[in-house]
Amino acid sequence: MDELKDKILALCPQAEADTSGELLLVTVPDAAWHALAVALKEQLGFDYLTALVGMDWKTSLGCYYYLTNSATQEMLHVRVETADRKQPVLHSVADVWSVANFQEREVYDFYGIAFIGHPDMRRFFLRNDWVGHPLRKDYDASDELNPLRLTDEQNEDDTQRWVEDGKGRVTVVKDKVFADDEYVINVGPQHPSTHGVMRYRVSLDGEVVKKVDVVSGYIHRGIEKLCENLTYMQTLLYTERMDYMSAMQNRHCLCLCLEKALGIEVPRRAELIRLMMDELMRLSSHLLSYGCLTMDQGATTAFFYGFRDRELIYDIFDKTCGARMSMSYHTIGGVVADVHPDFVADVRHACDVIEKNLAEYHQLFTGNVIARNRMVGVGLLSREQALDYAITGPSGRASGVSCDVRKKHPYSLYSEFEFDEVTRTEGDSMARYMVRMDEMVQSIKILRQACDKLEAEEGNEYCAKVPKVIKLPEGHWYQQVEASRGAFGVYVEADQESKPFQKPYRMHFQSPCFNLVGVVDLTCRDNLVADLITITASIDFVIPDIDR
Amino acid sequence: MFDLTIVTNWVHDLLTGWMPSMPWLVTTIECVLVGLFLLVAYSVIAMIYIMYERWVCAWIQCRLGPNRVGPKGTLQIFADVIKILQKEIIRLWSTDRFLFYLAPFLVVTASVLTFACLPWGKGFQIIDFNIGVFFIVAVSGIGVLGVLLAGWSSNSKYSLLGAMRSGAQMISYELSVGFSVLTIVCLAGTMSITGIVEAQADGWFLFKGHLPALLAFIIYIIAANAENNRGPFDLPEAEHELTAGYHTEYSGIHYGLFYLAEYLNLFVVSGIAALLFLGGWMPLHVPGWEGFNTVMDYIPSTLWFLGKAFFMTFVFMWIRWSFPRVRIDQLLALEWRYLMPIGLVNLVVMAVVVTQGWHF
Repeated sequence: MDELKDKILALCPQAEADTSGELLLVTVPDAAWHALAVALKEQLGFDYLTALVGMDWKTSLGCYYYLTNSATQEMLHVRVETADRKQPVLHSVADVWSVANFQEREVYDFYGIAFIGHPDMRRFFLRNDWVGHPLRKDYDASDELNPLRLTDEQNEDDTQRWVEDGKGRVTVVKDKVFADDEYVINVGPQHPSTHGVMRYRVSLDGEVVKKVDVVSGYIHRGIEKLCENLTYMQTLLYTERMDYMSAMQNRHCLCLCLEKALGIEVPRRAELIRLMMDELMRLSSHLLSYGCLTMDQGATTAFFYGFRDRELIYDIFDKTCGARMSMSYHTIGGVVADVHPDFVADVRHACDVIEKNLAEYHQLFTGNVIARNRMVGVGLLSREQALDYAITGPSGRASGVSCDVRKKHPYSLYSEFEFDEVTRTEGDSMARYMVRMDEMVQSIKILRQACDKLEAEEGNEYCAKVPKVIKLPEGHWYQQVEASRGAFGVYVEADQESKPFQKPYRMHFQSPCFNLVGVVDLTCRDNLVADLITITASIDFVIPDIDR
Repeated sequence: MFDLTIVTNWVHDLLTGWMPSMPWLVTTIECVLVGLFLLVAYSVIAMIYIMYERWVCAWIQCRLGPNRVGPKGTLQIFADVIKILQKEIIRLWSTDRFLFYLAPFLVVTASVLTFACLPWGKGFQIIDFNIGVFFIVAVSGIGVLGVLLAGWSSNSKYSLLGAMRSGAQMISYELSVGFSVLTIVCLAGTMSITGIVEAQADGWFLFKGHLPALLAFIIYIIAANAENNRGPFDLPEAEHELTAGYHTEYSGIHYGLFYLAEYLNLFVVSGIAALLFLGGWMPLHVPGWEGFNTVMDYIPSTLWFLGKAFFMTFVFMWIRWSFPRVRIDQLLALEWRYLMPIGLVNLVVMAVVVTQGWHF
């Protein structure tokens, strides 16, 4: 950490470095930030922008940038503050890490920080006519300011840019998303293949896609804002309502983060159960994504086969947790209840059945000539692009980015298990599909090992002793896990000032799907409309995870 | 084998006996009767087919299918029909009203006209003229017009994309259907539907015509599937891309008419396949097995025809529920690069086979 600190201070003398936290914290004035960002990426290899967290420090606004060096997996975070609250501006790093494009739009939406040099500074989630920026601490949530509007959103084609000239003067330039003569077709928000209330505005030339504009926020619930008014125990609930197909992993992530902050030691048996639940969830999610991908190509039968196998997993959840979705099973210190007596037998049975059926799916769909024609070489995403857009999970690994958090930053008990990180190099729809199919085999492998280990732990406790009222010490923490669709990160900041202080000062969820949706335009350009559906299905995002 | 012309002649004689001075009235009454029969048969078969598809599809997909309304879900279809009849016909502001309302009727007309030509049984045929097959191919072309009109007059981008796709697709694949039909016409030496069926008395064309007939059969199955807009060629509808393609903007019975025509067309293409390749209403005869052949002869000819048509439909459904959908460029490449050239060569081969007398 100290070596890295010296390197950064040599690159940027105005920066201040703090090594007291879990990660190196670099504080940079806005004027020097862009130059440092370029240097960090090009000279020190921090090519993966893990998370971008907007912040309101009451006196000023700003951002935390969590950066990872994809080769060494070294992490650090950078704090950049705006000069004032009235007209907050920062310099954009969207040209350094492309993923910052959407991330900065989100920060603009919720904090009102305008990014100089950002190509397309529009709100991302909220309507254009929304008054105020909800995540600011001085936000006025009264109904008079933002009544339930029954009119259409206007001027959706208008965008703006903050441009700085050579003398440091900042001007706002108006722009258009689509030219007047473009044939723009609206896909969604109610559309069978957007897998939820997602909307794309697609510019077509015949059947060829020329540009995709993602319009998001139709089911945005403001989870981060809600969490600021909940106790830590209550915030757990919301993690499952983001990506409902990685409910277990998301909840696990927040539990790990809070346990890290509280210094709680989790019993081994509890951690084993959590790990098994995570892997079952991953299996279920990949089966769903297999089903959706096949259905989006018109093979409806394959969809039902995927759903048939998921029933086995949901029955296991049902028996142990009492619910099939939104299980609310993980908790701080372990799990809320012991597993059902049949748990291990059921898991073994499900593993056997799914393993047998996977071979059938390959026969039914993978080898099909139509399926191969639709997927091989379509929707290419190179390794560089995947890193640039911070694409993680199966989609990232299909492009050759080795990004499995279970291997790179082992959490829980993953370091004890034998399994392979599945990577491919093609980066097309077929590779993304195949990575998921192969990951299911790895999950089954993990589950079988875990079954043996769990039998050996029979009778041990399933939850640690946890204080009734959870109060975090002052500080901020970042934890990531491998969710079904990529690296899911949780940022928690606790502040003793906020009363009552069992509530987080700021909680940010870095969802993998938010990054995934950033490459829709890139991968679908110059492909056909039919490919738009296949590619988005193979990238496989879940809408509530984007619209947190 | 029982000849149904006895029945029809008896009806004709009866009517003429009642009204010997008014032959025009007799003809009118007969036409009305035939029309009634057609419409009833049309709707009954459509209903049977919708249930048939639901059950086959459920069976393939490991589901139970409809099983709530009536015993084993048999009354489900009546519930469906009543529902669709009750639904509001939504009038959109920006449509071209006349064309918009005309389109479903064009589609239905095309399918009724082709439906009328099928050989229902021995001596049981509505129109039988010497260019029967040609007539079927010609009138089925009207359907494309209806689909194009529906897409164009809806004034919706999805509908237009669907209509453009179906225009390209149906016109292309009509060529392949035409070639495989021609191959069989070449083998039969007649275009008359009765003539084609009669020519298969000593063996179905699928077995009689050597390799070219088999090839024509395969090409017909692929092309008929495509012309019918059914999976894996259901691009004009392409639920997952265009929501419902050319009939996105239709509601109520107007949508119902498209739905009806789709299932009837499925029956029509299965019927034509039965007619051209599987001997129409001819029973299965194996040379030398006299006892077997006599038993087969006792099965009514209409049952033979329906059985063959239902079997072909099962094949079409099996294909539909197994394969993913092709893309528009792959679809056109399949037709113009493979099916059409193969069909052309196949026709020539068949001509050689017929002139040399190599067939059975």
